[in-house]
Amino acid sequence: MQVYLDNSATTKLDERVFEAMKPYMTEQYGNASSIHFMGEENSLALIKAKEDVGLILNCDHDNIIFTSGATEANNMIIKGVARANKDKGNHILVSSIEHPSILKTVKQLEEEGFEVGYIPVDSSGIVDVDQVKKMVKPETILISVMTVNNEIGTIQPVEKIGAFARKQGILFHTDAVQAVPYVPIDIKQWNVDFLSLSAHKFNGPKGVGLAYINRRAKIIPLIIGGGQEYGLRAGTYNLPGIVGMTEALKLAYEEREETVKKISELSAYFWKRLQEEVEDVQLNGDLKNRTPNNFNIMFRRIEGEAILMDLSVKGICVSTGSACSSDVLKASDVLKSIGLEKNDLNSNIRFTLGKFNTREEIDYTIDALKVTVERLRNFTPLK
Amino acid sequence: MPLHYSKKVMEHFLHPRNIGEMKDHDGFAEVGNPVCGDQLGFYIKVKDGTIKDVKFLSFGCASNIATASILTEEVKGMTLEDAKKFDWNKIVKDLGGLPKQKVHCSILAVDGLKKAIEDYEGRKK
Ligand SMILES: Cc1ncc(COP(=O)(O)O)c(C=O)c1O
Ligand code: FES
Repeated sequence: MQVYLDNSATTKLDERVFEAMKPYMTEQYGNASSIHFMGEENSLALIKAKEDVGLILNCDHDNIIFTSGATEANNMIIKGVARANKDKGNHILVSSIEHPSILKTVKQLEEEGFEVGYIPVDSSGIVDVDQVKKMVKPETILISVMTVNNEIGTIQPVEKIGAFARKQGILFHTDAVQAVPYVPIDIKQWNVDFLSLSAHKFNGPKGVGLAYINRRAKIIPLIIGGGQEYGLRAGTYNLPGIVGMTEALKLAYEEREETVKKISELSAYFWKRLQEEVEDVQLNGDLKNRTPNNFNIMFRRIEGEAILMDLSVKGICVSTGSACSSDVLKASDVLKSIGLEKNDLNSNIRFTLGKFNTREEIDYTIDALKVTVERLRNFTPLK
Repeated sequence: MPLHYSKKVMEHFLHPRNIGEMKDHDGFAEVGNPVCGDQLGFYIKVKDGTIKDVKFLSFGCASNIATASILTEEVKGMTLEDAKKFDWNKIVKDLGGLPKQKVHCSILAVDGLKKAIEDYEGRKK
């Protein structure tokens, strides 16, 4: 049996999305910037995609910029906004549990002379809004806090931070990659100026994402060239990707209720069996404020990479924040920031469910996991 | 990043040799790598200056388990003097190579064994 429980890393493309994309590869392949009818048709398809996305995210459709993914969107927003607003201040606030596409980007800005504040999280993995209020300075130009954390699935208080930032006149960005479809996104209600998404995290194609950009804010584009996307992001429009992303986002929210119900039931069943049948396990991150698809679990006294490899041989795909599985032998910063002890840092496995998972797969996984954990615990020197 | 472990590494990881506790050992040592956090424990039983039996415990990655496993196979029956000179490169070679960031696992294993020998020699004094 093959069981894919790494849906926060990427997801399987929905067949219906694939069908929607196909004509834009083999028939309607015109360049959306061309003036002839094939270009015009695709230009209309592009506008239609933005309108559809705008309705779902509750924002003006011409504030949507398609990119190659959230990595690019995050780079574009953080660098573009910081560099364009230098005259107003040089201070940026980000949460300490952001994705590397934010954390490495602000590191680069530090080298350019920006000052960065890292908002800590409590032991449940959630940013405290009062902490944000304490950390802002008169020079703060941008705050970035993700909607949902990718490692532990905790939901952050973005609406509260957005309201505060708006009142202070500080620009606010949220990386909402892991929110779809679990958290309904509402750009106006949340008072966000910038938001990032990536299609392959919600059964869309890889290599396409978007940046919502409040076009009243100043931003210096990262990728320049042929003037596409109002000059904010050059490069021939990736129509198959854009159409695919739009279709995937539409399906994700149209079917949100049933997806969330299915995944919540499966994950409750998973967690119940795991707690009953495997000793000494602990869920990382807040028990309530989390998306139902994410289970980051500590298996005390055994090492994450060994668990992962053992499961992988049995056809089960999961991920780990353990140091051993990282190229630079560094344990997860997110798990560090929620205060895990040294030995515990390397004993965690992230299971992320998706809409295609079944109860049989969960049963198979638990059965396999019991054998794996017992095998490895049999020879651990840790007490 | 996928690790691309060799078949031999996976075989030792899935079926480690000489694993578990040893009750009446003559030497024991625990070592750990502070960077990756992995830990190993080695037990030895010595007779006439040779390693008669060896066992290990592991809190570590697949490569940590595999390197210690193959090491125990290779040093069983070896004189203490030869074991003290054991070169970790041999494990890497015999396992069909290790991913670059995993070479240190073999160094940790050899270090653990040598510390167990030191423990044995310390007890004799
Ligand atoms: C929270 C978060 N932000 C950004 C990204 C980057 O997305 P992509 O790799 O599609 O650019 C990811 C995915 O790895 C993510 O989980
Ligand atoms: S990663 Fe350090 S011993 Fe395996």
